[in-house]
Amino acid sequence: MTSHSGKIRILIAKPGLDGHDRGAKVVARALRDAGFEVIYTGLRQTPEMIAESALQEDVDLVGLSILSGAHLDLFPQIVGKLREKGLDKVKVFAGGIIPEEDISTLQKMGISAVFGPGTSTQDIIRFVKETLGS
Amino acid sequence: MITDIESYPRDLAAQVLQGERRAIARILSLVEDGQPPAREVLANLYSHTGKAHLIGVTGPPGAGKSTLLLGLAKEFRARGKKVGIVAVDPSSPLSGGALLGDRIRMQELTADGGVFIRSMAARGHLGGLALATSDAVKILDAAGYEIIFIETVGAGQAEVEIASEAHTTMVVEAPGLGDEIQALKSGILEVGDIFVVNKSDREGAEATLSALRFMLKTEENRPSSKWQPPLIKAVATKGEGVLEIADALQKHLAYLKESGEWEERNRMRSEQEVMRILGAELLSRLRGRLEGESWAAILSQVAERKLDPYRAAEELLAELPLPSE
Ligand SMILES: Nc1nc2c(ncn2[C@@H]2O[C@H](COP(=O)(O)OP(=O)(O)OP(=O)(O)O)[C@@H](O)[C@H]2O)c(=O)[nH]1
Ligand SMILES: [Mg+2]
Repeated sequence: MTSHSGKIRILIAKPGLDGHDRGAKVVARALRDAGFEVIYTGLRQTPEMIAESALQEDVDLVGLSILSGAHLDLFPQIVGKLREKGLDKVKVFAGGIIPEEDISTLQKMGISAVFGPGTSTQDIIRFVKETLGS
Repeated sequence: MITDIESYPRDLAAQVLQGERRAIARILSLVEDGQPPAREVLANLYSHTGKAHLIGVTGPPGAGKSTLLLGLAKEFRARGKKVGIVAVDPSSPLSGGALLGDRIRMQELTADGGVFIRSMAARGHLGGLALATSDAVKILDAAGYEIIFIETVGAGQAEVEIASEAHTTMVVEAPGLGDEIQALKSGILEVGDIFVVNKSDREGAEATLSALRFMLKTEENRPSSKWQPPLIKAVATKGEGVLEIADALQKHLAYLKESGEWEERNRMRSEQEVMRILGAELLSRLRGRLEGESWAAILSQVAERKLDPYRAAEELLAELPLPSE
């Protein structure tokens, strides 16, 4: 991994229509407390909104939280939009309610890591550090 | 396509001038991180700046600043202007991290190619936050954004200072929270050009309004200026008051241009900027030279109360080939 020279910036977004963002907020706070700059965009984000926010904020990582079960539909759209905008180096990770059997499919779609329920925020922080070599 | 962006400051500047959003976002990061190519890019952009109307928006946490900006940005888009927004939030002093949440209220705007929003953490910027925000604003200015809002939480001196260095300073208050006292403390009344009482749907709005009206009337520290700051009632969540605020902002711009204050404020900004850069540069160069044995020795003398800090600074300065005062 190339080492990151500036401050690490992470976008946390909630695609889909479900209205709970407690998990996303917990992750956002944990990442802030680990010293990262977290841009939180809130609920009901479309793939275009997420990708455009990632572009304007020049983030290194995008974290998606989803409970609605629409991940197989939405995640590839989000990855596609990111690539469309030239954000090839931006890594995407995901959490929320995602069945075990979907994980490898999602990884093939370009999601770098999937964190199921019960993941400790420490695991996510470790993932960020390893991915960006900080 | 942008690949190894850092090696081509000139290309990057050219892309910013064409309004390339990804290039704008990358340069904003370079500037924020204090990366070496940032200065060269800024140098290439500087002659293209100075056109935008810079509007500082400040007020207590949660007063509704971002929600108002959503309405104002939409209104100015309807009036044919491109809108940039720099939203500054504090960094955590312990971890150095930050949670930047201003976009939540403004996400609707991401669908509009004529709006660019950037969240910025206060960090411990060299030369202060003011220098970092003014560089960020220059990039958006050069990229063709005609109205640039700078949102800061009006909690500390630094934040109020940033907002007050814009061409127009808008102060957003809301009922409750003892805001009146807070406003007085931070000296916000002296710098505001437009005052908004948001959340007018809430109880206590009239009281806040009349308290502010009274304070503005009795404010004696306002710089002598013919501009009478308007006091506007708003309900940002319903878009109420937005038109009136947008009109007031345009009126203030016209006033600045007619009265000559536009040039005056620009000159003041430039002076403050050069002073800040000079201060930061001098300090970092001095430190580069001083670090060594005498530096450590003198510091420990100060810690041991054998030398007072003023004399210590004198002694350190004496080691440098600078004309002494
Ligand atoms: N009742 C009422 N609520 C409002 C109004 N304007 C904003 N709010 C709500 O107040 C809360 C804070 O609004 P923001 O726009 O985030 O306020 P802010 O000043 O940008 O907040 P910070 O950036 O955190 O300092 C949100 O829940 C808004 O929906 C209003 O006019 N009336
Ligand atoms: Mg805000």
